Amino acid sequence: MSETLLEVKHLKKYFNTKAGLLHAVDDVSFSIAKGETLGLVGESGCGKSTIGRAILRLHEPTSGEVLLDGTDVTKLNKQELRELRRKMQIVFQDPYSSLDGRKSVFESIGEPLIIQKICKTKEEYEKRVHTLMETVGLAERLVNAYPHELDGGRRQRVGIARALALNPSFLVLDEPVSALDVSIQAQVLNLMQKLQKDMGLTYLFISHNLSVVKHISDRIAVMYLGRMVELSDCKALFANPMHPYTKALLSAVPIPRLDVRKERILLEGDVPSPVNPAPGCRFAGRCASCMEICRKEQPELREVEPGHFAACHLIEQ
Amino acid sequence: MSSEKLLEIKNLTVHFESFDATVHAVENLNLSLRHGETLGLVGETGAGKTTTVKSVMRILPEPPAKIVSGEILFDGQDLLKLPIKEMRKIRGKQISMIFQDPMTSLNPVMTVAEQIAEVIRLHEKCSKKEAHKKACDMLELVGIRPERGSDYPHQFSGGMKQRVVIAMALACNPRFLIADEPTTALDVTIQAQVLELMKKLKAQYQTAMVMITHDLGIVAEICDYVAIMYAGEIVEYGTREHIFNHTGHPYTKGLFACIPDIFTEQNELVPINGLTPDPTDLPVGCRFHPRCPYATEQCAKEHPANFEIEPGHYVACHLARSGGNDNV
Repeated sequence: MSETLLEVKHLKKYFNTKAGLLHAVDDVSFSIAKGETLGLVGESGCGKSTIGRAILRLHEPTSGEVLLDGTDVTKLNKQELRELRRKMQIVFQDPYSSLDGRKSVFESIGEPLIIQKICKTKEEYEKRVHTLMETVGLAERLVNAYPHELDGGRRQRVGIARALALNPSFLVLDEPVSALDVSIQAQVLNLMQKLQKDMGLTYLFISHNLSVVKHISDRIAVMYLGRMVELSDCKALFANPMHPYTKALLSAVPIPRLDVRKERILLEGDVPSPVNPAPGCRFAGRCASCMEICRKEQPELREVEPGHFAACHLIEQ
Repeated sequence: MSSEKLLEIKNLTVHFESFDATVHAVENLNLSLRHGETLGLVGETGAGKTTTVKSVMRILPEPPAKIVSGEILFDGQDLLKLPIKEMRKIRGKQISMIFQDPMTSLNPVMTVAEQIAEVIRLHEKCSKKEAHKKACDMLELVGIRPERGSDYPHQFSGGMKQRVVIAMALACNPRFLIADEPTTALDVTIQAQVLELMKKLKAQYQTAMVMITHDLGIVAEICDYVAIMYAGEIVEYGTREHIFNHTGHPYTKGLFACIPDIFTEQNELVPINGLTPDPTDLPVGCRFHPRCPYATEQCAKEHPANFEIEPGHYVACHLARSGGNDNV
């Protein structure tokens, strides 16, 4: 478990907009060990999906390094990148729009095999697609079905089968269960845990749903407005959240139980715009314990306890 | 809190009729609500939650929708029998609705104050100026600075837009409020703000409310009574305590088992097997029996009736009838 598979160093992604430079991801570093699941949580617009996409170079990173098994993804040319994509794949959020409506289940799952010229014979190709369908729990009879004939859960299974087609070692899961009903969500989550165990996969699990992230992750990173504010072992994060934003986020989750009532920290206002952000801590404007230094200096992510990182001036004192 | 019933739905059946099939969206539904109470209507996609409340508002698209039978009594008056002109006087004044998606439920070419004033002018005799003043007061009530009333919806964030929608729904001080997944489109910290606001306003104005949601966490926080819907029917009904502490129906139990719990360590979720049934071709007997781990032969044949397992707690399940719910 200790061997590092993916390492992200000082990753930045800025977008040029009419209003100015949008800091979607601003200097984020983390690493994921082989077979580990890192959960990436945060609210809309905090840059979590951008990180996932920048790792795969679906967005060109502005600067920074992404090392997968020692290879710097950001420096590869088109040909090399295509080859590396065999090792890393992504499952998208919306199973309704991420599948080609004119391709059957068979064609959708088989497409990556054709692009990468994996299978030598037609028989081998067909066999591989059928094996993949079995792996993700899609019934044989659906092989010629089109996306519109499938419900959300099944579509997401097609998306997962597609991502697994090339036997990758690393998967970015971008809100894979958000569009699904709870009963189906549980089925898909269990499937992903099983696949990880069976195939030794490494996951970057992106979600805004804290209870889902907690369920599936080994470690969790909390994002706010393009910055990573806390990174910790899953248990420690829930037992001892350090950053004021993490505290507020955890307290805001409605709990489906009557026996637990907790103090809720209500945040004032909205997430500010990531266009030309003010200097200092990004959370300063909504933070209840904001100090003078917070408006001037950006806090760095620091190891407060072994394996538990937080970026806040309060903790440094 | 008076014990008089404000809303009573009796045997409501709604179908959607298309060229080759009939969708049984809501079947034989009974529900009632007293003044000042909040009812949570819980279920998955396609359970018929939104269809039910849209029937109350009489905003179902007819055709294809068809209210086959039933009565919806509001203050003793059957809404389904009212002419549209009368209904218009009730909508927005007596009964208001908050829709799921604040991004699409506001008019993009009117300022938000104009939109709120429009409701007020429609129902109350007052000048444009007075209506505008009241609209700004409403904005202040939901925590938006009144001077922002002259802004257009696109200038607001999602949470703010939902506040505007809430202000509009409450502008004429309705006695009954329908909230259709009011926070689903919002982030958790913003959701917390909106829920706090709704709790506060509910306490202040004693408005009765039906809250549609699929999030049992929100139910635990805001609802007095809960109705669990599955495939067009209410399978369990009771107080919040009944549903959370003495869960009766296997479907409700399944719902609880498949939510990851933030407080405990669990290795695997227990999903409900299978899928929600096709509403054009519902299973015979209990609609949940193909997915139910406790299904018996009787469940496949006979449709279960509502059974009161304790005072005020109803469960539509054969097993609940035959010997309590311990074995379920």
